[in-house]
Amino acid sequence: MFAFCADPGALQTLAWFLCYLTSGTHLAMYWSLGTVLLLLALAAPLALGFGLAGAMAVRSHIGPVRWLGRAYVAMVRGVPDIIFFLFVPIAVDQGIEYLVHLARCPDWTEPVRRGAEFVVCPAAKVPQAGAAVWMQNAYAFALALLAFALVFGAFAANTLHGAMAAVPRAQMETAEAYGMTRRQAFRRILMPQMWVYALPGLGNLWMILIKATPLLFLLGIRDIVYWARELGGAKTSLYAYPHADWRVWYFLAVLVVYLLMTWISERAFARIAARLAIGQPTAAGEALRKAAP
Amino acid sequence: MKTCAESFDAYALRALGREFGERLLPKGVEITFCDQLVLIGSGLIWNVYFGVLAVLVGFWLAIGIALARDSRHRLLRAPAAGFIFVFRGSPLFIQLFFAYELFQLLPKAGVEIPLGFATITADSRWLTRAWAGALIVLVLNTAAYSAVIFHGALHSVPKGDLEAADAYGLTGWPRFRRIVWPTMLRLAWPSYTNEAIFLFHATTLVFLSAFPAWQQSGDALYYASYFAGQTFNPFIAYPLIAAYFIAATLVITALFGAVNRRLNRHIPREARPKLRFRPQIIR
Repeated sequence: MFAFCADPGALQTLAWFLCYLTSGTHLAMYWSLGTVLLLLALAAPLALGFGLAGAMAVRSHIGPVRWLGRAYVAMVRGVPDIIFFLFVPIAVDQGIEYLVHLARCPDWTEPVRRGAEFVVCPAAKVPQAGAAVWMQNAYAFALALLAFALVFGAFAANTLHGAMAAVPRAQMETAEAYGMTRRQAFRRILMPQMWVYALPGLGNLWMILIKATPLLFLLGIRDIVYWARELGGAKTSLYAYPHADWRVWYFLAVLVVYLLMTWISERAFARIAARLAIGQPTAAGEALRKAAP
Repeated sequence: MKTCAESFDAYALRALGREFGERLLPKGVEITFCDQLVLIGSGLIWNVYFGVLAVLVGFWLAIGIALARDSRHRLLRAPAAGFIFVFRGSPLFIQLFFAYELFQLLPKAGVEIPLGFATITADSRWLTRAWAGALIVLVLNTAAYSAVIFHGALHSVPKGDLEAADAYGLTGWPRFRRIVWPTMLRLAWPSYTNEAIFLFHATTLVFLSAFPAWQQSGDALYYASYFAGQTFNPFIAYPLIAAYFIAATLVITALFGAVNRRLNRHIPREARPKLRFRPQIIR
C-alpha cells in the first residue's frame, strides 16, 4: 500500500509491519468487518419487526394466530440457537429450490430426495449455475440474515410481550374510557409507552446479537473469523506463509474488536435509557426527577 | 439394512472414542434413522460432561469473583471487574478459538518446571484436547456470567437481615456463612437456573470449529451436523437434536426447581419466587 514497501530494505525494520498489515488480504479482512456491521444493521430492524409481529400474535384474540405466536416465542426456549443457525439456511435453501422445481419442471418424474442426495432440475438451482460470485455470496448472506432475524425475532417477541404487559393497566383502561377501539388504544397508548420497559431487554438482545455474529463463519461467509484463520495460519487452504502460526494474535485482535463493540454499545444504551426514563413512572425516572434542581 | 438394536450396539457409546463401538461412522445411504437417534444421543454425553463440570466448578469460582468484585480492596475489585468484562464482552465462540490457539503455543514436549533440585516435565498436550481445554474456557465463561448474578444478589440482601446480624454480634465468616450466603443464594437462584440452561446450550459450540473432534467423537451437534452433511437432509438430524435438548432443558429445570424449593422452604408458600425461564441465549 505504501511506496516504501517496494524497497526490500524495509524487511528488517518496524515499517515492514505496517506494510504487512496493509497488504491486500489484510485490507480484505478489515472490509469483512463491514460484513459483520452490515449484518448487524440489517438483522436488528428485521428481528425487531419479527418480534413485534410475534408479540402482537401472542396477544391476538384469534386462536390460531395466538397459537402460532406462542409456538414462535417458545421455539427458542429449550433448543440452542446455534441449531437454528445451522438448520434454517439449509432448510430454507432446499425449500426454495423445491418450490422453484415444482413450478419450472412439472414433467420431472424422479423424486427430489434420492438416497443421500437432494436433486432438483437444473433450471431450479438457486442461484443459477454460473451465476456471478457476488450473487452467490449475496444469496448465502441473505439466508444467514434470515436465520438471524428469525431467532432474534423470537427473543425480541419475548421481550416486547413482557414490555406490553408492563405498561400500567390504568393507561389502557383510560383509553377504553375515552372510547378508543382496541386497535387505537394499541397504537396511541401501548406502543409509545412500552419502549421504556422494553429497552433493557432489547439492549441485552443487541449485545447477544453482536456476540452471535462470529457464527456467520459457520455459514460459510468470509467474515472476520474466516480471515483470522486464513491469515494467521502458517499454511492454510489458499496459501503457505513464511511466518509461523500467528493465529493466536489474530484471534486476540478479533477478541479486542468484539470487546470494543460491546463496550461502546453498553455506553450508548446507558445514555438512551437515561433519556427515555425522563418523566416515566419508574424508579429510574423518579431518580432523575429527584436529581433535577 | 441395520436393525435398531444393531445401531444401538454399534454407536451408543461411540462418542467416547472408537474403542467404544464401531470404528467408523455410518456414511451416505447406509445411514438409518436409528443411527441418527443413537449417535446424536451418544454425543449428548459430552454436552452433559461439559455442562455438569462447568457448573460445578464455575459456581464456586463465580461466588469468589462476586465477593472480590464487592471487596473494599482495589487489588481484588479491579481484577474481578476486568475478568467479568472480558468474558462477558466477547463471544464464547472467539474465546474458544483463542484458547485453542493459546494452548497450541505451549511446547509439544511439555513445560519444564525447574525446582532447583530436580526438573518436572509437565505434559501440556492435553490442554489442546476439548475435554480439558474447552472445559477451562466454559468454566471461566460461566463464572463471569454467574458472578454478575451473584453480585446483584449480594446487593439485594435485605438491610434488616444485616442489621439483625450486627445486633447479634455476628461478624466476618459466621455472618457471611449464616446470614448473607443463604439469602444471596436464594435470591440468585432463578437467574442462576437460566445461566445453567444457557451454559448447557453453549456446550454445543465446543466441537463446531475451535477444538477438533478426536477420532470423530464429538458432542450431539457435531453428529447432527455430520448427518445433515452426509444425507443432505437437515429435516431429520436437527429436529432430533432439538428434541434431545428440550428434554435435557426440562430435566435441568426440574433439578434446579427442587433446589429452589429447598432454598425457599422457610418462606410462606405464596411468597416463594417461582422459576421463570427467560431466554438470554448466546454468549
